[in-house]
Amino acid sequence: MVKKVLEQVYLWVLLILLYAPIAIIVIYSFTEAKVLGNWTGFSLKLYESLMNTGAHHSLMNAFVNTIAIALIAATVSTLLGSVAAIGIFNLRARSRKAMGFINTIPILNGDIITGISLFLLFVSLGITQGFTTVVLAHITFCTPYVVLSVLPRLKQMNPNLYEAALDLGATPMQALWKVIMPEIRPGMISGFLLALTISIDDFAVTVFTIGNQGLETLSTYIYADARKGGLTPELRPLSALIFVVILVMLIIINRRAGKEKQV
Amino acid sequence: MIKLKTFFASRKSWTLPYLIFSVIFVIVPLLLIVVYAFTDDAGHLTLANFGKFFAHPEAMNTFVYSIGIAILTTLGCILLGYPAAWILSNCKKLGYARTLVMLFILPMWVNILVRTLATVALFDFFRLPLGEGALIFGMIYNFIPFMIYPIYNTLQKMDHSYVEAAQDLGANSFQVFWKVVFPLSMPGVVSGVMMVFMPTISTFAIAELLTMNNIKLFGTTIQENINNSLWNYGAALSLIMLFLIAVTSLFNTDDSSETERGGGVW
Repeated sequence: MVKKVLEQVYLWVLLILLYAPIAIIVIYSFTEAKVLGNWTGFSLKLYESLMNTGAHHSLMNAFVNTIAIALIAATVSTLLGSVAAIGIFNLRARSRKAMGFINTIPILNGDIITGISLFLLFVSLGITQGFTTVVLAHITFCTPYVVLSVLPRLKQMNPNLYEAALDLGATPMQALWKVIMPEIRPGMISGFLLALTISIDDFAVTVFTIGNQGLETLSTYIYADARKGGLTPELRPLSALIFVVILVMLIIINRRAGKEKQV
Repeated sequence: MIKLKTFFASRKSWTLPYLIFSVIFVIVPLLLIVVYAFTDDAGHLTLANFGKFFAHPEAMNTFVYSIGIAILTTLGCILLGYPAAWILSNCKKLGYARTLVMLFILPMWVNILVRTLATVALFDFFRLPLGEGALIFGMIYNFIPFMIYPIYNTLQKMDHSYVEAAQDLGANSFQVFWKVVFPLSMPGVVSGVMMVFMPTISTFAIAELLTMNNIKLFGTTIQENINNSLWNYGAALSLIMLFLIAVTSLFNTDDSSETERGGGVW
């Protein structure tokens, strides 16, 4: 009994430690002080000035860029990755293994190598870096995760369903659309959401591919800010809001995953 | 035309767009790192970039120091994360365990820079000095979810009859852990190590923030060189890191789990 209690205490102490910094950000988003850690009374002023577009134009701009890049990259990588997963699933064992390896390279490499290698690619091709290059880079490291979320759905699928559709007179395209698509859709949605979150979170790859045309995302904005020695106070409410949105998104994904497991 | 139709009907060829994409954006860029690493500004073949690294005590020191910090971070993550994963895998109520696992993963989705700055604020709040201690704490804090999750996964899939068999055969609980549970959970520990060790070396900016610019890690060295247009030297340093990644991933024998478990967090 004592052991059980101690175990639970350990888990919760660890969790509290993990959440302490985030809690500090959220708590101090409700005060006006310039420096994180100074409490000058409860206030919603930071939230107001965040919503007030004129005041923090560049921060909101960076935020909009981040969301735009994430949406485009996640959509393209979901399409590319799902098509690729169907292809990979139908490959022979050896080529499937090879494709699987290629697919894991961006995951293993780590951000900085992916970032530098793409930087060198764009430089050698003489491409000016900006919005397009960031999107391409994000597609590069998002697609593997989409492939990894769609492939298991294909493996779980009853292979006879597709054949049955063909026997009943469906063209391969119809069979794909009416039989395979519904089966892999949950995987595609998880892949899309996963791609969205890692794209928003990315920092290292973006820094190397964003160029010097003045384009900014949240990560590069925060990076520039931190190097100057402090956070723009409005980042606190923004981070708090993002955290809540992601929390809700993850709960939805988890519900979905939970339901699938029950079926 | 008919040929084209059969081509698209065969679903194997659906791999093609992704294959072409990967060649352009994954394989060619990696080869470019190799090309840049072995050439000089004028494009002549040279080993000077590597010579510079081995002759340059500062870069070399940063490299060794980063590996040291990464080892400490990884050990810290195992020591703190393994018990957590073990307790979670022993939870009777599956829903409760799953919610807790999700809570452990959730902080990962807050921007790493924001999290780091919040850690700095936490240290300020408790009047703790920034420095090496803060660096290791911050790194463990940033990466421990990556250790807990894979270990939890393997422990949960583990067949508990092995544990019972060991107990029946007279092993005490210490022996059960060292001789049965721990070896069986090795795949999870290995992929956890992979996900903690390399990122610790390669992150940049994080170490500077946690130590008020006093300590920098290898990732920052690479980034600074690329930023200062020393592309060839930067590429050589990247290649050294790639080599380290390749060596560590050789230990990762658990190649099937990645596709089986359905991609990362879910």
